[in-house]
Amino acid sequence: MIEWAVVATLLILALALVLTTARLFIGPSLADRVVALELIALIAVGIMLAYAIQVDRPAFMDVALVLALTAFMAAVGFARLLERGGSSDE
Amino acid sequence: MSDFLTVFFLLTGSGLILIGAIGAVRMPDLILRMHATTKAGALGVGLMTVATAVYFLDIGVTVRALSILAFVVLTAPIAAHVIGRAAYFTGAPLWERTLKDELGQNLDRRGHYLRSGLEEQDRLPNRDRPAE
Repeated sequence: MIEWAVVATLLILALALVLTTARLFIGPSLADRVVALELIALIAVGIMLAYAIQVDRPAFMDVALVLALTAFMAAVGFARLLERGGSSDE
Repeated sequence: MSDFLTVFFLLTGSGLILIGAIGAVRMPDLILRMHATTKAGALGVGLMTVATAVYFLDIGVTVRALSILAFVVLTAPIAAHVIGRAAYFTGAPLWERTLKDELGQNLDRRGHYLRSGLEEQDRLPNRDRPAE
């Protein structure tokens, strides 16, 4: 049962990744793209967790942890760039 | 039982993430998009970490799962707040059917200063003012 559930989870996450990438491309302002990138990082964390269950190796959870850490740093850095400098049109 | 819980948490978490992604595409406004993605995404990833902890049933994996959970749940609102604040300061357009924008009149976007709207009263001469 778990194998099928993990495959279904990965498919659902892939669909979510496609939708979020669409927002990443069409997002009118830079802030929209930052929000899409943040959600992409969360989806990647979810994919890592599902893959750790699929291959039965908990080492992939370290990858998920580091990815969550760096995504937060990227979001804060982008927000600082938005607020202090740079143009918001692209 | 453990298998059932793993499947339940995996499917619920990924379904919530999918709902967040649909909201990111369909919502009309940056603030509304963040409303959809932040909460649904953080809750979905949190449920999936619980699923891994239930599946492996190992103390090291559980500690790692709890650290991922705590980190995501703590930092997702901070990141959303920072991005939303930066976008509002740089003049992100709101949805045309937005009913209320309380920061609209009182916010000095250039100086990063929020007026209270009561400055005229403060300038009355009879008012007790703290010694400078």
